[in-house]
Amino acid sequence: MSLAVLQTIWFLLVAVLILGYAILAGFDLGVGNLHLLSNQKEREQNFYNIAPFWDSNQVWLLTGGGALFAAFPHVYATAFSGFYPALMLLLLAMIVRAAAIEFQHLLPEPEWKAKWDWGFGIGSIVASTLFGVAMGNVLRGLPLDSTHNFTGSFFGLLNPYSLVVGLLALTMFTLHGASFLVARSQGDLINKAKRWGSTTWKFFAVLFTTVTIWSYLAVPRLFENFFELPILWVLPFLVIAAIAYYPKALENENRWMPLLVSTINIAGLIGIVGASLFPNMIPAVPNPANSLTIYNASSTKLTLTTMLIIALLGVPLVIAYTTYVYRKLMKDYSQTGKLHKKANMGF
Amino acid sequence: MGDAVLLSKIQFAVSVGFHYLFPPLTIGMAWIIFFMQSMYLKTKNEQYDRMAYFWIKIFAISFVIGVASGVVMEFQFGTNWSEYSRFVGDVFGAPLAAEGVFAFFLESVFVGVLIWGKDRVSQKLYWVSSLMVAIGSTLSAFWIIVANSWMQTPAGYHVVNGRAELTNFFAAVFNPSTVPRYLHVIDGALITGSFFIMGISAYLLLKEREITFAKKSLKIALTVAVVASLLQLPLGHFHAVQVAETQPVKLAAYEGLFDTTAGAPLSLFGIPNAEAETTYLSVNIPKMLSFLVAGDTSATIKGLKEFPREEWPPLGITFQSYHLMVLLGIYFLAITVFGIFLLSRKKLYNNKTFLKVLMYSIPLPFLTNELGWIAAEVGRQPWIVYNVMKTNEAASIVVPGIQVLLSLVVLSLIYAILFSIWIFLLKRKLHVGVDEPVISGKQEEVTS
Repeated sequence: MSLAVLQTIWFLLVAVLILGYAILAGFDLGVGNLHLLSNQKEREQNFYNIAPFWDSNQVWLLTGGGALFAAFPHVYATAFSGFYPALMLLLLAMIVRAAAIEFQHLLPEPEWKAKWDWGFGIGSIVASTLFGVAMGNVLRGLPLDSTHNFTGSFFGLLNPYSLVVGLLALTMFTLHGASFLVARSQGDLINKAKRWGSTTWKFFAVLFTTVTIWSYLAVPRLFENFFELPILWVLPFLVIAAIAYYPKALENENRWMPLLVSTINIAGLIGIVGASLFPNMIPAVPNPANSLTIYNASSTKLTLTTMLIIALLGVPLVIAYTTYVYRKLMKDYSQTGKLHKKANMGF
Repeated sequence: MGDAVLLSKIQFAVSVGFHYLFPPLTIGMAWIIFFMQSMYLKTKNEQYDRMAYFWIKIFAISFVIGVASGVVMEFQFGTNWSEYSRFVGDVFGAPLAAEGVFAFFLESVFVGVLIWGKDRVSQKLYWVSSLMVAIGSTLSAFWIIVANSWMQTPAGYHVVNGRAELTNFFAAVFNPSTVPRYLHVIDGALITGSFFIMGISAYLLLKEREITFAKKSLKIALTVAVVASLLQLPLGHFHAVQVAETQPVKLAAYEGLFDTTAGAPLSLFGIPNAEAETTYLSVNIPKMLSFLVAGDTSATIKGLKEFPREEWPPLGITFQSYHLMVLLGIYFLAITVFGIFLLSRKKLYNNKTFLKVLMYSIPLPFLTNELGWIAAEVGRQPWIVYNVMKTNEAASIVVPGIQVLLSLVVLSLIYAILFSIWIFLLKRKLHVGVDEPVISGKQEEVTS
């Protein structure tokens, strides 16, 4: 296999890992974004619904980070050092969320629970938004020097375009969380989640349109690949179809339908990001010659091959047991109706 | 930029130091929990189920802090050590990614079952999950040790175009220090987990609560602890010989040995001084070091003076942490052998003094792990990758000192809070007793 092919494969694999994170951790992040809108009983439900899953969901990000480090060390080094304050804030948010999910149920005191409720809610919102802000900055391009080091400032990262992409990510995750609650929760919370879903959906549609137009005007290079390879239009089409169908999905008898539609939406969005960037990984502004591409940022052929073997051996296995365990944990639980009991017992 | 480098070093030390409190504990506990689960499945004795479940709850509180602080580890190479990441990514990233694919997923998917799934899955799957968590966390340690060992004794690479490039994956993974260090660390984890369970069981016995439960737990943990402490003798030795062969300057620092000596003594105590090039107040066993390293009392061991002064690690901290680690290792062996002696005389469970000693020994394996890690990492300085890249050349260029200072303060604060919560929750957990159902849907039926 030629080096260029391997580099392309790894670009796709990193995207797949990010996608896995967005779809899986997306539901626990999204539930967190809505957490503070829920009442006490519903908050218990929220934690109970995501608690067995958040940790393995997060591993998609860790593995994505590891894969980025191994396959494209320069991208990992440039982005992580360039986004230093933002990443530290992200770490903080992730630590607080994790502690909240595992600790809140350990003591019965309301003050204890309230603290973790806030930690979980704010932590999730901050993390969801930061992912988008980082993505916005990458799409827009970063000021890099010839050694590929970031030359901008922290406040430069908080530009309006990236902040709007941050909001888009926030609504994307929130929509996913609401859809998850429609599928998984009990009682009143289902209807509440439907209302949240339908409101978030409107914000999402407006933000998606705004970002698309803004990108076309301000960063036209993001559209080049689409005009060269028209098949790529299928990605935005997926997103548009998902947005268009979402209100109907909320009405569907199958309560998993909104989550499925939201999953397609996320896949489409991340596909768009990948298709717009390729073969760039971090475009440089103002001098595109300093950009990090899959070609100049990658590891050697031997490393990429070794890693590909690792991925081919490991990932199918991961998907197999994750699916098996998730099904077990979700199915048995809803069948026994214990959640319903829990929701109605009061604390 | 100098201050940013120093601050990044401190931040790395604080983050790893905090993180490293938890994985050894959870790895060690995971195997003991698996054993209890297996006994339950085999004997159908409810006592084992209760036991396993109680320790799983304690495990869960510790596990989440390990996970939360572990994320910082993986990010930190990029955030604070970007020049390192650029230089070694081709070799160093692969073990981290492999850890994710081969270990993290396994551990975390099944830990969800272990902590939250007791009433949601079959007994069999629950048992399998406890095994998978033990295997996953042990494998996870493997890949981390691979990555860190490559920094100690790099292999399977060459330096081209200003970076380290992989030439042989298996040579890099099984570099000279991987296996000795891995065995040493995993055995340390078993000591940590078993001492923790022993200590808490001793506490319950002293409080005369849950007597049957505590006796059984204590016996299981003591058995693991004595075997693990005994094993640490050959494993520690194996590792020390590897250090002598592959990192002679580190060995010389461990031993405070300045002059290259034929028939070198083993240092028991001392205060090495780099300026004076001598070790004050040294207490030695003559010729013992040569014997241990080479199996020959007259073998020549290289002293520090053999190496350029600027390549010496900081002597005081390297020497003392190594010595204290060894001393504590011997203490673990002594105390557990004595425990087995008491057990055989049927005097273990009512010897209050001994139970108290066990209880107060809980922090010691944690301390020992930290000391071992300090000796290994400080002993490698000034190199970040031994003989290949200096630590001072590895930090991020673009991150200003003030940002690192800020993150250091915030992270330290968060770690302090998490640590207090951990202690607080453990105390509460012990206070409410063994059977208080905390996790799982079953509690609702009980309490409602």
